[in-house]
Amino acid sequence: MTSLPQTVDKKLGLVIDLDICVGCHACVVICKEWNTSSQASPLADVDAYGSEPSGAWLNRIHTFEITPPDAPAQIVHFPKSCLHCEDAPCVTVCPTGASYKRSEDGIVLVDESMCIGCGLCAWACPYGAREMDPVEKVMKKCTLCVDRIYNENLEEVDRVPACVRTCPANARHFGDFADPQSDVSQMVLQRGGFDLMPEMGTRPVNKYLPPRKKTCAELVAADVPVAGSFLGWLDRALERLG
Amino acid sequence: MHPAISVIFFTVISGAGFGGIFWIGAGLADGSPTIARFAVMLLSCSLAVAGLLASTLHLGHPERAWRAFSQWRSSWLSREGILAIACLIAFGTHALLWMTALAGMTIAGWLAAALALATVFATAMIYAQLKTVPLWNQWLTPPVYLAFALSSGFALVAAVSPAGYFLGLPTALTALALLVIAWALKLAWHLQGQVSTLAQRGSDTGTATGLGDLGKVRLFERPHTGENYLTKEMVHKIGRKHAAKLRLFSVLTAFASAGIVCLLVWLAALPNLVLALAALLQIAGLFVERWLFFAEAKHAVSLYYD
Repeated sequence: MTSLPQTVDKKLGLVIDLDICVGCHACVVICKEWNTSSQASPLADVDAYGSEPSGAWLNRIHTFEITPPDAPAQIVHFPKSCLHCEDAPCVTVCPTGASYKRSEDGIVLVDESMCIGCGLCAWACPYGAREMDPVEKVMKKCTLCVDRIYNENLEEVDRVPACVRTCPANARHFGDFADPQSDVSQMVLQRGGFDLMPEMGTRPVNKYLPPRKKTCAELVAADVPVAGSFLGWLDRALERLG
Repeated sequence: MHPAISVIFFTVISGAGFGGIFWIGAGLADGSPTIARFAVMLLSCSLAVAGLLASTLHLGHPERAWRAFSQWRSSWLSREGILAIACLIAFGTHALLWMTALAGMTIAGWLAAALALATVFATAMIYAQLKTVPLWNQWLTPPVYLAFALSSGFALVAAVSPAGYFLGLPTALTALALLVIAWALKLAWHLQGQVSTLAQRGSDTGTATGLGDLGKVRLFERPHTGENYLTKEMVHKIGRKHAAKLRLFSVLTAFASAGIVCLLVWLAALPNLVLALAALLQIAGLFVERWLFFAEAKHAVSLYYD
C-alpha cells in the first residue's frame, strides 16, 4: 500500500559527516557491489567497458565548492543516497503499491516484482535517490542494506549498511533517529545536523553534519612578517634596497 | 524534464479523445446522421484508447500495467487509470444504448462526460502534484489540460454535427470561444510559470546541499563523468534549445490557424465539417506545446548537477 504509515516504531537512517568525507568513493563502490549481488536482480550497467558507460547506482558522491564571504574556497565531498523521508513523496505517487515505507523501521523499499517502471517516483523525489535499472527496467533505490542490518548470519559488526561498514574515514553512521539517546541522534544534536531541501516538505530521516569551522583566517594574514623575526629583518632590509 | 514522445502523444491524443467523449456525452452529436455519429464516437474512443496504449509504451514493464489500478487512495496515476477505464465503460454503455435505442442513453452519456473530465483532471494532477517541478506545480496546470481537451474535442465532434447551434450558441463560435479560453489559460499558466521556479520556492544549490549558510555553493565535480538516468530523465536541456521558435509554431498552429478556421466557418457559414481542420491544427500544435511543457520544466535534482 502506497499510503504512508501513520507511525513508525523506529526511524533508521544515516548520518553523513561532510567534515570527514574525503570523497574516496569507497561507499559508492561497495554499495554497487553489495546491491548487484545480494538483490533479486543485479544493479545493472550498460556499455560498462565501452565509450559511453552508464548504469544504476544507489549512492553517488558529488563534490561542491563553497566560497565563504571572508575566507578562501573549500571543497566539500557530498555523498547522496535515499534519505528514507518521513513524508516520502516517491511512495504516495506509486500507482502499483511497489513502493512502500515500512512501519516497523521507516525504511523505504521497492518490491521489484510489482514495479511497472513508470518512473513517476523518481520524478517525485527532489534528491535523485531513485534510478531506473537499465536492464531490469524497474526502479532501484537504497534499501539501507535491509538484507544486512537484520542478518544474523553476519557478524554483529557487519550488521550495518555496507557504505557505513566500508567508509575508511568513518564519515557515515547508521542508527535509530527515533531514539533521542542513540549515537546518531546525539551527533545531530551536538554538530547541528541538517536536512537537505527542507522546503520540499519531505522530512528526510538521513541527516548531514556541516564541515567544522576551519582555522584559515591566520593563514591569510601571514603575508606580513612578524617584527623581530629573521623574516621581519630580511623584509625590512630588502625594502631599504628599494 | 525529458520529453518522452509516448507521453506527449498520450496526453494530447487521449486529451482530444476524452474531450470528444465529453461533448458526445453532453449531446453535441445528437442531431448528427447515424453514420457520422457512429464514426465520431468510434474516433473519440479510439483516440482515448490509443493514447492510453501509447502511455504504456514508456513503462519498463507494460505487462504489469494492471497493477496500476490498485493504489487510487494515494496515487493520481492510479486514479487516472481507473477513471479512464470507468469512462470508457460508461461511454461504451452510452453507445450501446444508442445503437439499441434503449432508455438511459442520456444518463450514461452524462456519466461518461463527467468521467472524461475527471480522467483529464487526474492526468494533469500527475504533473501538478510534483513539488519537485515548480513549473508544473501550479494550480493552473489542471485547468489548462482540461481546456485543451475540451477545445480540441469540441472541434472534433462539432465537425460531424449538422446543427448550426449548440446550447443556444453558433457551433463554430463555441469552438472559437473554447479555443480562446484554452489559450488564455495557457498564457496565464506561462506567465505564472515565469515566477513558479525553484529559486522562487526557496530552493538552490545552497539548500540542496544544506551548505548555503557557509558561503556560495557551486558544483565542482559531478559524481560520474558520464550521463546517468537522472541527468537523462530530469536534467534534460536539449529540448529547450529552440523553445522560442517552437512556442511560436504551437501558437500559430493550434491557436491562430485553428481560430481562423473557426471564424471562417462561423462568419462564412461554411459546413461544420471544416471544423475537423481546426481539430487537426489544434492537435498538431498541441504536440509542440506539450513538448515544451516537458522540455522547459526544471526538476529539483538539477540543483545537484548544474
